[in-house]
Amino acid sequence: MIQHMLDGILVGAILSLGATGLTMVMHMLRFANFSHAELLSIGAYSALVFDAIFKSALPVFATQIGPLSMTLALGLAMILAMGITGASAVLFDRLVFRRVREKGDELSMVFASFGLALIIRNAIGLIFGLHTKLYSQDIVFATVLSRDPLLLVKPDQLATLGIALVIILALHLTLSRTNFGFALRAVAENPNLAQVNGINLQKMIVTVWVLGGGLAALAGVFYGLSNQITPTIGRDLVLPIFAATIVGGIGSIYGALLGGFIVGLAANLALLILPSGYSPSVPFLIILAVLLIRPNGLFGEART
Amino acid sequence: MIGLISYLVFFTTVASILAIAVLGLNLQWGNTGLFNGGVVAFFGAGAYGTLLLGGTPQPDHMGGFGLIYPLALLGGMVAAGLLAWIVGVLTLRMRHDYLAISTFGVAVAFENLMRNAEWLSGGAKGIRGFERPLRAALGDGFLYNLLFLLFVLLLLFATYRFLELLVGSPFGRLLRAIREDETAARSLGKSPDRIRLIAFITGSVIMGLAGGLYGTFYAFVSPQDVLPTLTFQIWAMLIVGGAGNNRGAIMGAFLIWAAWTASGWGLSRFAPVEMQIFAGSIQYVLIGLVIVGMLLWRPQGLFPERLVVSQSGHAKN
Repeated sequence: MIQHMLDGILVGAILSLGATGLTMVMHMLRFANFSHAELLSIGAYSALVFDAIFKSALPVFATQIGPLSMTLALGLAMILAMGITGASAVLFDRLVFRRVREKGDELSMVFASFGLALIIRNAIGLIFGLHTKLYSQDIVFATVLSRDPLLLVKPDQLATLGIALVIILALHLTLSRTNFGFALRAVAENPNLAQVNGINLQKMIVTVWVLGGGLAALAGVFYGLSNQITPTIGRDLVLPIFAATIVGGIGSIYGALLGGFIVGLAANLALLILPSGYSPSVPFLIILAVLLIRPNGLFGEART
Repeated sequence: MIGLISYLVFFTTVASILAIAVLGLNLQWGNTGLFNGGVVAFFGAGAYGTLLLGGTPQPDHMGGFGLIYPLALLGGMVAAGLLAWIVGVLTLRMRHDYLAISTFGVAVAFENLMRNAEWLSGGAKGIRGFERPLRAALGDGFLYNLLFLLFVLLLLFATYRFLELLVGSPFGRLLRAIREDETAARSLGKSPDRIRLIAFITGSVIMGLAGGLYGTFYAFVSPQDVLPTLTFQIWAMLIVGGAGNNRGAIMGAFLIWAAWTASGWGLSRFAPVEMQIFAGSIQYVLIGLVIVGMLLWRPQGLFPERLVVSQSGHAKN
């Protein structure tokens, strides 16, 4: 039970990071972006590439940090991957979403995002192969936290959780304390009114994509660290991430952060009563439960 | 020669079955503006429902009620309608992203349930023990397939006529009114939520009919038949054909199905052996490019919606 909760919190941190970017985009551009989870794949794979480059160019970087399987090279690669993923998100907006948006066809954006997701996911499969990859071939043994009840945790997982919590705190401070944060929230609340107040909407849209992409890349790398890297990361995570945004209420950044942890916990605790084969269905059950009990989520408000 | 003809019969049967599903989606998306991200769940409910109700009793999974075929097919359609009702009631009063996400989720959960619940659906092994109707009288050969094709074409035509009548009727006008301006429709005393629910369920029942026919054609259905791929194919058919135009939807179904089978054949025939495992990925990239490309360069499709001016319930095309 406690082991399940621990695992749930670790998965939850990854989902939170993914859902935060998604909820911002969904709120500002008003469409369910089914290609968001593919940004996690882009992040995971670009970190893999940079990691390999750093390791071969500068062997010093290949030493592991403390008990982690994470190396300095991967740390640097992660930061670059955030940049690359943010840039890809902006590029996809330029190439596809902005052009569909300008045609005034908001509903078609969902179709476009599905098509884009198919292209990205399978292009990644074509480039990197369909088999799974790992950042490090070394086996990192889980540390035993307690023997009775048996609690296991990998150092990587704790580091992941720590970094995720720091990022969440930084995000919170930015949103609540800076002018940029106010502008971001203003645009999410009411794009027209925000523009009247001198906020550049186009610039904010780019910022949101960069921010969402960066957070997604981080989530992707963390997912790759604690599981493995496959071209189907996006397919496997798209529903849990959407569930997190719905639990939190679409558009609410704090809701998405909390929603990620709730979905992670619920999905792991559900394994106590459901056979593990059913775990892909759990996010859908969570969505149904939210729609039944509190349709607008924890922090969401009704919008049409 | 006979080989070619029987292949054409096979191709036309599958394309016509898919065309029925595309017509169902056209009612939802083309006429009402409802995004259905889980077409395959309603298609699958029809297929599983029909085979479970019409099959012979099996030791390892439920079903085998041995109902006469029309009742079994109808039961499959009802199953699809019930699924649509559950999803629709919960999501149609919310903003549109909720429907998109929930329908996508229901398809994931449906496939997952069918794969795992062996007592219900035979799990990954699929459903066996279904006998194609009138097989005893007609045998398994070419004659049977030809007659089945005629049966499917008849139902395709019936669905098409039904939808044309529906779209030309005051109800169809109401659907377009809600799609274009919900607030205006509401101000005229209409109830958009209810109308949308009716359209969503009707479209899903039509998808269930397509699924039931698909299951009948193969006399077998397994989780492999209800993968998300089918949803993407059916969308591509509608977008290429032209959302809002029933004739376009049928044309789109035949065009995309031809392109899909041709690309699959071409890849298996001409791609080098080491590339063969990527054939699926290449096909997905192609279908993604078709969807995105059409939205960017020809969002109205090859056969755009023709605006119907209905006067006293009479449609002029």
